[in-house]
Amino acid sequence: MPANPMTLESLAPAIAEIWLIAAICIVLLVDVFAGERRRGLTPTLTLLALALGAALTVQYGEVARRTLLFEGLYVADELGWALKLAGFLIVAVALLYSRAYLENRSILRGEYYVLSLTALLGIFVLVSANSLLTLYIGVELLALSVYSMVAFDRDSGVSAESAMKYFVLGALASGALLYGMSLIYGLTGTLSLSEIAARLHGPANPGLILGLTFIVVAVAFKLGAVPFHMWLPDVYEGAPTSVTLFIGTAPKIAYFALALRLLAYGLGGLVSEWSQMLAALAVLTLIVGNVVAIVQTNLKRMLAYSTIANIGFIVLGFVAGTPEGYSAALYYTLVYVLVALGSFGVILLAASKGFEADRLDDYKGLYQRDPMLALAMMVLMFSTAGVPPFVGFWAKLRIFQVLWESNHLWLVVIAAAMSVVGAYYYLRVIKLMYFDPPAQALPPTARSTGVRFALGLNALAVLALGLLPGPLLDLCARLIHS
Amino acid sequence: MPHILSILIWLPITAGIAILLLGDRQIGAGRWLALIASLVTLALTVPLWAHFDTATAALQFIEKLPWIPRFQAYYALGIDGISLPLIVLTAFMTVPVVIAGWTVIESRPAQYYAAFLIMEGLMIGVFSASDALLFYFFWEAMLIPMFLIIGIWGGPRRVYATIKFFLYTFLGSVFMLAALIYMYVKAGDYSIASLQALPLTLLEQRWIFLALMLAFAVKVPMFPVHTWLPDAHVEAPTGGSVILAAIMLKMGGYGFLRFSLPIAPDASRELDLLVIALSLIAVIYIGFVALVQQDMKKLIAYSSIAHMGFVTLGAFVIYEIVAATHRTQGAGMGLDGAMVQMISHGLISGALFLCVGVLYDRVHSRQIADYGGVVNTMPVFATFMVLFALANTGLPGTSGFVGEFLVIIASFRASFWYAALAAVTLILGACYTLWLVKRVVFGAVANPKVAALEDLNPRELVVLGALAAAVLLVGIWPAPLLKVMQPTIHHLLTQAIATKL
Repeated sequence: MPANPMTLESLAPAIAEIWLIAAICIVLLVDVFAGERRRGLTPTLTLLALALGAALTVQYGEVARRTLLFEGLYVADELGWALKLAGFLIVAVALLYSRAYLENRSILRGEYYVLSLTALLGIFVLVSANSLLTLYIGVELLALSVYSMVAFDRDSGVSAESAMKYFVLGALASGALLYGMSLIYGLTGTLSLSEIAARLHGPANPGLILGLTFIVVAVAFKLGAVPFHMWLPDVYEGAPTSVTLFIGTAPKIAYFALALRLLAYGLGGLVSEWSQMLAALAVLTLIVGNVVAIVQTNLKRMLAYSTIANIGFIVLGFVAGTPEGYSAALYYTLVYVLVALGSFGVILLAASKGFEADRLDDYKGLYQRDPMLALAMMVLMFSTAGVPPFVGFWAKLRIFQVLWESNHLWLVVIAAAMSVVGAYYYLRVIKLMYFDPPAQALPPTARSTGVRFALGLNALAVLALGLLPGPLLDLCARLIHS
Repeated sequence: MPHILSILIWLPITAGIAILLLGDRQIGAGRWLALIASLVTLALTVPLWAHFDTATAALQFIEKLPWIPRFQAYYALGIDGISLPLIVLTAFMTVPVVIAGWTVIESRPAQYYAAFLIMEGLMIGVFSASDALLFYFFWEAMLIPMFLIIGIWGGPRRVYATIKFFLYTFLGSVFMLAALIYMYVKAGDYSIASLQALPLTLLEQRWIFLALMLAFAVKVPMFPVHTWLPDAHVEAPTGGSVILAAIMLKMGGYGFLRFSLPIAPDASRELDLLVIALSLIAVIYIGFVALVQQDMKKLIAYSSIAHMGFVTLGAFVIYEIVAATHRTQGAGMGLDGAMVQMISHGLISGALFLCVGVLYDRVHSRQIADYGGVVNTMPVFATFMVLFALANTGLPGTSGFVGEFLVIIASFRASFWYAALAAVTLILGACYTLWLVKRVVFGAVANPKVAALEDLNPRELVVLGALAAAVLLVGIWPAPLLKVMQPTIHHLLTQAIATKL
């Protein structure tokens, strides 16, 4: 597949990134001139920019077949196209859920929206990377934006601490990633992922394995797989909830793409090596995530461990090492993001000025205080627990299926046992909301109709995709095979 | 009637959602809607029974729509002689539950009715699915309403009971799911027929059998995974107990007949003694446990475990019969007995839980010691209670007799000792049930609360009367029931004793 000479038409597949850069500049400028009094302008403008970006991507960004752009640094394919659309949607929903929360904490600033957009740009770069260099740029652009977002509430000591932790540990992971990449580059003589894939033949030499190990460590860190998960609970708990919502959702599709482009495409020749490493990581991740989640008293921290547990399932999809496995992992990622959007959305709606609503006890008797919110949360919790008729069930089923197809008996048994352990702490949230009386006088939940409507749609999507999972499953399979 | 099974599944679910939308404020309308929906569902089973062809073992009333093309999974429904009676039982038992909650449920009534109607639809779905994935979908989805029913309207330890119930069942189910997926990977689709036809080695069969057994044994429940049941029953509201005992336990028995025997016949033959031993332990040991209970609901719960032991005994004793007599004739009687026992236990245990509910609504106690001499103030109620108690002990003329009798005769063909041990239940069952009746119903009026009791109101009379009629009907004239099941049982027996190796 030759790299095409650059013309205006050939840039069309990169329309999402190009538009996003323009939008970032516009939002930044408008925010500066709008001033304090017209604060509401920036959020609206950002949502508009995202909607327009999605429309442009639908209109011009689709490619008939896999094409390389920019001297082979960038790949345009159907997978990237779909993930970018998903990125637009996820960030838009996340920002929609967050607005009231930011306002109540006086951190509704233009920079927050600009940083969200740069993080999204990082995601896009990552999703379409076809070179180690592009990948690295994407990873760093995303990570740096997210570090600053975690510290966004600058007067909060906890936020600053978790941002610092995230930054330091993240830098370590970036170092590991770069080091691994340099080894791979040195041994294959190319940065391009498709070239690397073409040159990896025959028995793997120890140098390659060493490079691979560093890369696996970095990917595991970014995903939050045990034992590289230490940052995740602290950051989830310490960051403002709106930021937790952000980092819990959109970056996951980016890191899925990172694992896919880097391990499955670029280093596909070493599949038997990294598949074993990932299997060990997945087992640890499933066990630690599920067991530790049980003892949490803070909902954000519990959801952080639940994230870790879910990451374990996503990694299991990669362990299979087949296109079926990758499509199962993609499906799981998308389903996970959909549910995570809703769950953190519920926390944002339950919070109010001076009240974070992040302890589990704050959810006692939520049914009496706000039936709709409790119902949505119940749907989301049953879905993550993997109970039909909700979509989380299909995500787990798909992973079990690819594990059977690739003959990983013990992984099936461990994953099955751990989903039962996991069910316990999701049930506990439902128990608090539905079976317990409200503990003390708590501030009322947010009443804004638009956000509640969006959250209702979110929960309804979890049900609808659970009743008719076919289309999304087919889409994921098609994207991986493209 | 086309799509009758779909209507049976989705009509109650739709009605349930409608009641949810009506909400607690319009609960007057909601109640009537619940009653009408459950009655219409029951009425729809009449044409189902009438048009059922009793000459064939093939699935009938088939519906098949593509559901998830990627997995070759279909929205496929169809019933045979073992699903039909259970569907009718489900539709029949939901009506008393709706009526029994009429004035009793005061908190969140809309959700109460909605939960039961949605659960009715899901349970009918379990019994009519002919695609294993669809079966599992209904099987698991049904946990959600039951979890809420026990957790919201239950007694003081409801949270413990409901979480225990959920986790036990969930644990069993995920391993069943793993086994189903394994077979799907080999067979290429999820239809139950192709899973039954799938050739499997003995090793595969053993593991599949154990995985399936874990799921079904928890549901039945069999010793030693029965401990969730007494807790769930004691804490559940009356309606929850009725559905739990009458229908949900039957899903375990149904699973053994529909999946374990035909899919893993060689493993079933090999491991039949395991199941038989656990069944006999349930029959005898749990019978003794029932004897010492102080709580009426707990006593009936343990009695349920003992009676369900007959179902698993009847299902697996067929291998011993074939081994002992070298003939297949007569083995079918074990399966017949298992099925009749399921229907009969559904009616009797449901009725007994309703009786306890009647007393509980008046006195607000389930302790046996708080009663005595109820017959003096509630003679009509006492008549019903004694009838159901006698049916529970297996009195000839009631449905309880038919099932136990068939299973004991079948066991006798296998070995004298199985029959002797199983027959102990006739003594033990009589002991704990009649002693319960003696302490609660008969004797002098024990305390002022009993003295102030009022006899059945018309609502309760209708409910208990209908159940009593059903118990007597199945007891005196079981022929139609046996006739409906006959070809299917015969076919099942051929599948179960054939070898896949």
